[in-house]
Amino acid sequence: MSEQPDPSAYWKANLRVIKISLIIWAIVPFGFGILLRPLLSGIEIGGTDLGFWVAQQGSILVFLAIIFFYAWRMNKLDREHGVEE
Amino acid sequence: MEQFTINLLFVGASFALYIGIAIWARAGSTSEFYAAGRGVHPVTNGMATAADWMSAASFISMAGLIAFTGYDNSSFLMGWTGGYVLLALLLAPYLRKFGKFTVSEFIGDRFYSPTARLVAVICLIVASTTYVIGQMTGVGVAFGRFLEISNTSGLLIGACVVFAYAVFGGMKGVTYTQVAQYVVLILAYTIPAVFISLQLTGNAIPGLGLFSEVNSATGGEGSVYLLQKLDQIVTDLGFASYTEAHKDNLNMVLFTLSLMIGTAGLPHVIMRFFTVPKVSDARWSAGWALVFIALLYLTAPAVGAMARLNITELMWPNGTNGEAVSVETIDTDERYNWMQTWQKTGLLDWEDKNGDGKIQYYNDKSDAMAEKAEANGWQGNEFTKFNRDILVLANPEIANLPSWVIGLVAAGGLAAALSTAAGLLLAISSAVSHDLLKGQLTPNMSEKAELMSARIAMAVAILVATILGLNPPGFAAQTVALAFGLAAASIFPALMMGIFSTRINNVGAVAGMLSGLGFTLVYIFLHKGWLFIAGTNSFPDTVDGSLFGIQSTAIGAVGAMINFAVAYAVSLNTADTPQEIKDLVESVRVPAGAGEAVDH
Repeated sequence: MSEQPDPSAYWKANLRVIKISLIIWAIVPFGFGILLRPLLSGIEIGGTDLGFWVAQQGSILVFLAIIFFYAWRMNKLDREHGVEE
Repeated sequence: MEQFTINLLFVGASFALYIGIAIWARAGSTSEFYAAGRGVHPVTNGMATAADWMSAASFISMAGLIAFTGYDNSSFLMGWTGGYVLLALLLAPYLRKFGKFTVSEFIGDRFYSPTARLVAVICLIVASTTYVIGQMTGVGVAFGRFLEISNTSGLLIGACVVFAYAVFGGMKGVTYTQVAQYVVLILAYTIPAVFISLQLTGNAIPGLGLFSEVNSATGGEGSVYLLQKLDQIVTDLGFASYTEAHKDNLNMVLFTLSLMIGTAGLPHVIMRFFTVPKVSDARWSAGWALVFIALLYLTAPAVGAMARLNITELMWPNGTNGEAVSVETIDTDERYNWMQTWQKTGLLDWEDKNGDGKIQYYNDKSDAMAEKAEANGWQGNEFTKFNRDILVLANPEIANLPSWVIGLVAAGGLAAALSTAAGLLLAISSAVSHDLLKGQLTPNMSEKAELMSARIAMAVAILVATILGLNPPGFAAQTVALAFGLAAASIFPALMMGIFSTRINNVGAVAGMLSGLGFTLVYIFLHKGWLFIAGTNSFPDTVDGSLFGIQSTAIGAVGAMINFAVAYAVSLNTADTPQEIKDLVESVRVPAGAGEAVDH
């Protein structure tokens, strides 16, 4: 796939991955952990509700998943666009 | 053996280990000082970053703040980890590609302006100094307990140790010392938590124990979840329930966001990503750093909740409807020894107000409790003082754990507080001597004079931090949160716009940073007092009394938005960036062609 490196196509692809990642980054803690917590109060986890778990532990696990996904996806994009080091 | 001797042994042994590693590693190369991390595997670099990052705020203070408020302080957990996502996605790979060593250099080059670099240095100094004040609070608590002296004396002795540690300096830059510090720190945090989790729930993983059922032996009645039991007993005593939300959503969202953006704007964290071998390593490094940070952060909420349960049960040994603990028991029973030791620091106290020989611990501000108190002849809460910052250090004693665990926690607490405080002092001193004096004011100064001014800057910074630390604007983690707000409002927006926009120009960036920092600093001072001097504040530091209904700890997010908006508006109305800057931004965006980080 690596033809002539095209920085602007690479940058657009990067921005798309960032956008998707940041949407998840925002929805989980601010949405499930805080704002939407009352809506999810029916889901029970270990003696409390899902929102409490997301706020105290779940968000951290999601953050980890996002960073590792991004690193993996971008390293692949680097190669596809022929811009790796 | 006396507990004091054991503590001394553990603290001494851990420091001997750090110094030994520092000497062993330094023999290899002296250039490691700045370039810590170059040629180091992302996993090792991640571990060192985690040690650098987790300070007195994370180790000593955070779980205590969570313990006494529960859900509402989840912001610390989400905020201080969520920032790594911003760092990994928006900053780290590009700053690595740029290939210089400091944040202010990037800002100076990208915005082609020595003024921008100067403003960035000022932002850095303001945020770092505030951060050190928070660290000094933690240092005071740790030394006070460790030497069994008052908190004030502990702070003064601690300040001298921090200063010596920072002057010795180079140690900070050696990656393997930081790896050793991380190992001590994480063991010191998790081992007591595992013991306590086993005692209470039978689950060896504290993070899972938090959501498990309590042992029927301790709980009494069959299957009750730990959190349900905790909610029950704290509400019985008139305190706010542990798992419910009591803070308004706006403040909680802004506070969390402030901590996230601030994490990604703190120079001493960002610097670590400048020097990894490759751009792709910068991405992985951020992930590994968060893995090692998460080990502590997933345990912290369990530490908080379980300590709160243990403390409450010690004060009410026969249940919340039975008799309170007697003064005699506190004086004689060895399970209450920790109360005597901590009383010496002045951070914990109790008083038998109604003279019934018992210590009633309840919320005397709760209307619901007034009737019960009246009926029982209680005259106010008698567990009069419990400083939040002592909880983690006192935790193993509260749970009656073996003395070697207590010694280990003392070593971990000191490592956390000292390493970050010293690291920040180094950052401040190099900002003053290298960026400010040599880079701007007196370019011709000799190397010797530069070194001297670095030492002086360090001494001034620690003096300021110690004086303000005697009357801190809040608990360690709260003060540190203010520092994050300042970093969020100033540094992060400038870095992000520098990478993601080619249109933001020199004037825009300077105007943005100044307005973000200025707004946030003034707002904090209006609520916390000018220069954090108590009594000089114009508004009470509560949600209801605050100027815009936003707490001073949460204002950094608003400051960041102002920074973005001002920079954008000013840039659009002034000359476009020159072509070579556009080329610079284009090249930063693509990994190909990244050389080694170069010295300036």
